[in-house]
Formats: sequence, C-alpha cells, structure tokens
Amino acid sequence: MKKQLQLIVFGCLLGVSIAHAQENAGLKLPAGFKAQLFAENIGQARHIAITQSGVLFAKLNYPNKEGKSIIRLEDKNKDGVAENITGWANYGGTGIYVRGDNLYASSDDAVYQYKLDANDEVLNASSPNTIIQGLLSRRQHASKSITLDPKGNIYVNIGAYSNACQEKDRTPGSKGMLPCPILDSAGGIWKFDGLKTNQTYIDGKRYATGLRNVIGLDWNTTSNSLFVTQHGRDQLNSFFPALYTNEQNAELPGETMYEVKEGDDCGWPYVYYDPIQHKKIISPEYGGDGKKVGGDNALDPLVAFPAHMAPMSLLFYKGDQFPAKYKDGAFIAFHGSWNRAPLPQEGYFVAFVPFKNGKPSGDWEIFANGFSGLPADTKVANPRNAKARPCGLAESADGALYVSDDSKGAIFKITFNK
Amino acid sequence: MSKKLFVSFLLLTFFYFAKGQNGTVGEKVYKTKCLVCHQADGGGVPNLNAPLDGATNVVGNDIARLVKIIRYGYNERIALDGFYYSNAMPANADLTSTQIAAVLTYIRKSWSNQAAEVTVAQVQKHLKKK
Repeated sequence: MKKQLQLIVFGCLLGVSIAHAQENAGLKLPAGFKAQLFAENIGQARHIAITQSGVLFAKLNYPNKEGKSIIRLEDKNKDGVAENITGWANYGGTGIYVRGDNLYASSDDAVYQYKLDANDEVLNASSPNTIIQGLLSRRQHASKSITLDPKGNIYVNIGAYSNACQEKDRTPGSKGMLPCPILDSAGGIWKFDGLKTNQTYIDGKRYATGLRNVIGLDWNTTSNSLFVTQHGRDQLNSFFPALYTNEQNAELPGETMYEVKEGDDCGWPYVYYDPIQHKKIISPEYGGDGKKVGGDNALDPLVAFPAHMAPMSLLFYKGDQFPAKYKDGAFIAFHGSWNRAPLPQEGYFVAFVPFKNGKPSGDWEIFANGFSGLPADTKVANPRNAKARPCGLAESADGALYVSDDSKGAIFKITFNK
Repeated sequence: MSKKLFVSFLLLTFFYFAKGQNGTVGEKVYKTKCLVCHQADGGGVPNLNAPLDGATNVVGNDIARLVKIIRYGYNERIALDGFYYSNAMPANADLTSTQIAAVLTYIRKSWSNQAAEVTVAQVQKHLKKK
C-alpha cells in the first residue's frame, strides 16, 4: 500500500514536471517568462531576423528538403506559433539582417540584399542584389555573420580558416606562423557600404583584426559602437599535454566579448585570454608556456565566459516587455561546447549580461536553459545528444525574444507577462 | 537482496577498473588522439567533426581510405551521409601500423558499429602503396 502511494506520488510529480516542461517548450526561464515553440523542424536555422510587423526570417545552414535556405515564418493569428511558413534561395549560410524593406542574407562567401513588399513578402527572390562577393571561405569558420550600423554600413565577420595559425592546422608540434598570413583577409571584421553592389575586399576595410571567429555581433546604439563575441581557440591540451591538463583545457581560453572600434586588434593567434588569471597569455604555438603574458596592443575583453561554449549570437535588448534590468543588456546564444571533452560539455543556453551606459554593469547569468532536452542539472556529454542548440536571436517590435536552434530547426519565442 | 546488490556492485566496480586500466591499444589511441574531436560516443560534432559511429565510410570496405586519412590527414570538405564537416583532420605521422590497425578495429567495433577488424598487414599494405 505504502509502495503504491509512493508510486502514485512519483507519477503525479513526473506528470506535473512533464506538463510544465511542455508548457515552456522545455525551457527553464526566470520567473514570469514564458516560452512557446514558434516553429520546429524547419532545417538548421542559423541567424534569424524579424520585421517591424513581426515576420521572422531564418537563414538555414543548408537548403532544406524543399531546397529552400531562407525561411519566412509568419504568425498571422497571433497565437505564438507560425502557421504560414514559406521560403526561397538555394545557398546555405548563417547571416540574416532586416532593416526597413531591405533584407540581407549571407552565404559563406557573399552577402545578398532582397527587397520586401508592404506585407514583408520578398519581391526579388531569384534576383537579389549582390552587395559583397568573393569573401574567403575555406570550410573552417566560414560563416559570414552580418550586422549594420545606423548609417547603413555593414559589418561582416570573416573567420580565420584555422585554429591557431599553425603551419599545419591542428597538428601537434606545428609552429605558429609569424606573422600570421591569414590576418590580411580573414580573422577579423570587415566593413562595407550596406547599399553598394558588387563590393569585394578592395572596396571594404578591415575594421578589427585578431578575432579567430566571431559569429555573434551587434551594434550597440547607446555606445554607438560594435560589439562582438569570439570563439576562442581549441585543443591546448591535445597539442601541449606537458603544459595543459584536460581540466585546464576545459576552462581555457575564455569565450570573450569585445567592444571594437576601427583598427582594434583582439590578439588572435598570438595570445589568448585566460579567464582565471585574468590575463592575455602568449599562445603555446608562439612560445607561450601558459604563464607568459603578451598582447600589449591587443584589447582586453569586456566579458569572459567559460571556455568553448561557442557564442553564436549577440543581441542588445531594446524593448520594454521584459523587466527593466534587461533593457539595453546583452543576450548571448551559446551553441554548447565540444572541446571540453573528455569532461562534460557546457553551454547549450542563452545568457544575459546587464549593461548600463553601453558597458557591462554586472555578472553574466544564464537566462534560458534546457535546450538540450536533458533533465535539469544533467550536462551534455556529447554534442549530438543535445536536442536543440541555440544559435540565432531576434527581438520583435513588441519586445519578445526569439531563439533559433540549428540542430533540427526549432524557433522558440520567449515573452514576459507583466 | 542487499547482499546481491552489494555483490553486483563489487563486480561492476571490478570490471570498470579492469577495463579502465587494461583498455586495449585501440581504445588508448582513441582516447588520446581521437576522442576530443570525435567524442566519447563516436558521434562527432554536427557540422564540424565527422561522426564515426554509424558512418558508412567507417564501417565500409574501403580500408585503404581509412588508413590514409589517419596517417596523412584529410583537408577537403568532408561529405558524409548527407552532411558536411568543416574541420581538418590532422595527419598522425607518429602512429605505428599496429596502433593504426588497433584504433581502426576499435572504431569499427565500438558503439553501434559492427564491422570487421583491420589487420596490421592491411595497414602496412595500404601505407606502402601511398
């Protein structure tokens, strides 16, 4: 009898927890927030953008089964779930950005511009303007993330096609090249005119350098400057087992956020940021030993997150729907790590950093968790076990936050009820 | 009841440590050279590092290709079972033919993989041909 009772109680608890999980699309959020599954299985949804009227566009990493790679999602009946889902374009990529009736989308070597009509339907699906072309794309870190400043300049991440600029990439014992020849055409942020067509390297400007790979970037309208989040280097322990243990590699280097101005250098590949020593440390490929500091002319990060979590999107929250502490703060979507193995992985959540006057004003915190689909407090052991991996972020005019997943292609809508 | 549990616990502990300490050559090579990218479950990392578990190439019959990828690395766009993986596979000049055979056998028989072993003779033959 006692056992039966226990079973019943357990069953009820289980039922409640499952119902609760479904209620917020499986996400764990601060009190007062709600999440809905806006869409699912749309394909590997990388970045997302949303128009004034609330139509959401997602850029797919590869074309989906129907051969479309820009997906348009509309929630006409305003129930929080997109029911009108269409698409076009046949190239994979990451970047998407909307301003007014201009929709920008990137492949791994070009940026295109589409025109939207009054209903946010695309007008020139098969004949976009080519804004930028001929950008380096050598598989590794090939994603071209984009954002615009208020004047209409477009900033493009051109990731380094390398881990640490070794003569032979990711090969133990191979030295770092000096100077690193990658930096003339990759490993930084390039600035172009957002309206001019057919631009390439010669028409643009290397705006910031020494950035291994930036996928998340956003213009901060308070400080009127560009902020970026970098994916730090991998495999310190695999290549330098005498200098770094598995445990140290799992915490080094920090995933970093910088405010970059024209001409800034963030130090890659010569130095990395150690979030425990709070120092820029010379990379072992360049003679470092885990302690020697370097990078005197390189920026210090404004925020250092735990290693390898892979920041995929950065978004400054402008709305009034969320509580006041979120206003002007930064949301960061963390894809989740792989290079902490053999230790458990980290990330697979959306983090928040409060900002005041255009500068971080407090510690970062986890905002939305549970994307992995694993029970609370269970870490992802292997990346493929994660049900969803946060990638894109977008904010609608009414202040709702959307998060895309580039694993199977879910879009989560997060709202706050006053 | 609790006695049975205790005994099975002891046995499990014994097997766990026995395996950990005496792990095969292939398992040791996998853990030191491959695991960080291909992961403990052989699942790889979506879009970055190719999976080994259930991969058609890995359990297939083209042993020469597998041997060469381990020895000389692979720096082309990796297309596998409908997906693409962007990270380069480094060369492993320091592995002996015995170690390559052992790690390939380990990979081909681990997780859900149930392919035939790879012999040292096969590895030597394919490395000579280059």
